[in-house]
Amino acid sequence: MNKREMTLTINGKAYARAVEPRVSLLDFLRDDLGLSGTHVGCEHGVCGACSILFDSVPIRACLMLAVQADGHDITTVEGLCDEDGAPGVLQEAFQDAHGMQCGYCTPGMLISAQALLAQNDDPGLEEIKEAIGGNLCRCTGYVQIIESIQLAARRLREAGQ
Amino acid sequence: MREIGGEVKAAKFDYILARSIEEAVQSLEKGGGEAVIIAGGQTLMPLLAMRLARPATVIDINGITALSGIEAGEHEVVIKACTRQAMALASPLVQTHLPLLAKAIARVGHQQTRNRGTVGGSLAHADPASEIPLAALAMDARISLRSVAGVRQVALTDYFLGPMMTARADDELMLSVHFSRQPSQARIGTGFHEVSERRGDFAVVAAAAQVQLDANGVCTTAALAVGGVDGVPRRINGLEAQLLGSRIDQDSIRATLPEIANAITPGDDQHASAAYRRRVAGVLAERALLEAIAEAAQ
Repeated sequence: MNKREMTLTINGKAYARAVEPRVSLLDFLRDDLGLSGTHVGCEHGVCGACSILFDSVPIRACLMLAVQADGHDITTVEGLCDEDGAPGVLQEAFQDAHGMQCGYCTPGMLISAQALLAQNDDPGLEEIKEAIGGNLCRCTGYVQIIESIQLAARRLREAGQ
Repeated sequence: MREIGGEVKAAKFDYILARSIEEAVQSLEKGGGEAVIIAGGQTLMPLLAMRLARPATVIDINGITALSGIEAGEHEVVIKACTRQAMALASPLVQTHLPLLAKAIARVGHQQTRNRGTVGGSLAHADPASEIPLAALAMDARISLRSVAGVRQVALTDYFLGPMMTARADDELMLSVHFSRQPSQARIGTGFHEVSERRGDFAVVAAAAQVQLDANGVCTTAALAVGGVDGVPRRINGLEAQLLGSRIDQDSIRATLPEIANAITPGDDQHASAAYRRRVAGVLAERALLEAIAEAAQ
């Protein structure tokens, strides 16, 4: 079946797998590794539900071949929780500020917000809008999503003081 | 066996991870028109998943370090083909020397797509409404193409042949995009304006302008390109010629706008009618030129 051996790090854990070149990184994460937190949305790069961190920057997992991740470092939404599995600061803020409705876009929103807050723990409204501009929320719950990110930023700043 | 699901979207292909430009070019030659390059994959991946593209071979150039980076020489700024759009957008060389390109890339997709998508990939795909080809056309950029026969340069004015059709042959690999470097004392201004359904979407219509003024405010060079209004992005040479050699204001720009209608053949589709595209092309061109003039006059 023309599989290629690959090794990669996902959420701090090393994986070695053989995968067919035609499999997308998104399907590999979900179907081969069971990491189903990353959601399948439009599958052509428009909706952002499949956003992951690839070498620390956000990308669309549907727009990469799994074999292209060989040797790279990935963070999925599962990697945003604390070591004991409890929700991380960002996830807690989404819960507290009602940053989700149906929840479908939430993993992508969390990843985009995580990438933003890693660079800037005091983002302005426009910076937040730009950061999540590539993530569609079909419930249109953007106001609470923005408030959740602002809440997380405040808590991170307070924790850092 | 895949553990869950099991359906695979893309048709089967051979995957080659090219380690050098030579290997990529030889693989393209060997592919005989059935091989495609994958760079950022932001266009190719959906085409593969929907089986609109069924190449026999996919050649991955992401591991070729010689295809990534931005360099400024004495006379030109060179962006290598596999340079990420995000890297180009953040580059001080691009911000300083290629401001029109920077304005265009800021409108391309979102951070998630710019982190993977490449400058060369956008030019290779050549969507008639996409931003990077439009800006590069207005900037008189040139593209280096390499096959087993050697390297050739193609001016962007000769490069676009139709929607997603270019002068690049199946066996040619894009190496780099070349922009003339402007003298640092030049009074240059740029403008880029578009209408899109959502921010980050492909433009419905877009306009890119770059002008240069002399010390008296007289226009010495003018470039205007419009996209989304024809099968290829269009330079409006008749308009440019009218702007040269005079001081430009809103009235003189408006007097030249009929040249656009003569140079374009917009179509109707689900995004906009031909009449709308025609009208908006003039509005966006005026805004882009006014912004460019204001910047150059500073």
